Amino acid sequence: MKHFLDITRETCPMTFVKVKLKLAQINKGEQLEVLLNEGEPLQNVPRSCEEQGFKVLSNEPTDEAGKHMLVIEK
Amino acid sequence: MTLPTDKKKVSIVCFSGDFDKIVAAFTIATGAAATNREVTMFFTFWGLNALKKNKGRAATGNSIMAKAFNFLMGGLNNLPLSRLNFFGASPKLMTGMMKKHNVATLPELVEAAHALGIRIVACEMAMHILEVGKSDMIEEVQDVAGVATFLNESENAHIIFI
Repeated sequence: MKHFLDITRETCPMTFVKVKLKLAQINKGEQLEVLLNEGEPLQNVPRSCEEQGFKVLSNEPTDEAGKHMLVIEK
Repeated sequence: MTLPTDKKKVSIVCFSGDFDKIVAAFTIATGAAATNREVTMFFTFWGLNALKKNKGRAATGNSIMAKAFNFLMGGLNNLPLSRLNFFGASPKLMTGMMKKHNVATLPELVEAAHALGIRIVACEMAMHILEVGKSDMIEEVQDVAGVATFLNESENAHIIFI
């Protein structure tokens, strides 16, 4: 099952907080798509997820400038 | 054999009861917890006001002095801005500006801290002085402790004093 989270309107520290809380809710093996902004969120959210043992399956820019889509597997 | 790496730890002493400094404390705390650190927040002196169950002004305590202090200090909703407080108007204006810029407000940060399982500890000594009991504080206060317990728990942690 795929879950989705948009953190493009969030600022630090809620960008990390929302991703962390969403990952806590989903089951192991499930995927979470995260739409985020370039800059601080893009630099740190994927790295922080990997540090916590989650797999970042993809990290691609979207059609909308300045935004990326991450796919994380729990 | 590789030993599992210990989780990084952050301990924050929340001494100030100023609105802006408590916002800073909760911002660091939630950011640290969300990036997989074990976080303890130790509230002492003015910081205790942020933990009161009654978020407005209430004459908590037994003695006249304690009641007066607690009433004047109030709770989470009365925390003053450290500068340019303007008799309590500024924290409300600041909250409006935070909302406008999509920055988490203090109640949202506190809620996130609880959801992330941040350990909230209240200082026993400050509670005695201000005659604030455990029942006067929010349920999320996990422990009432002194400096020795705080230091023991903060071994190998970054300690931040705000």
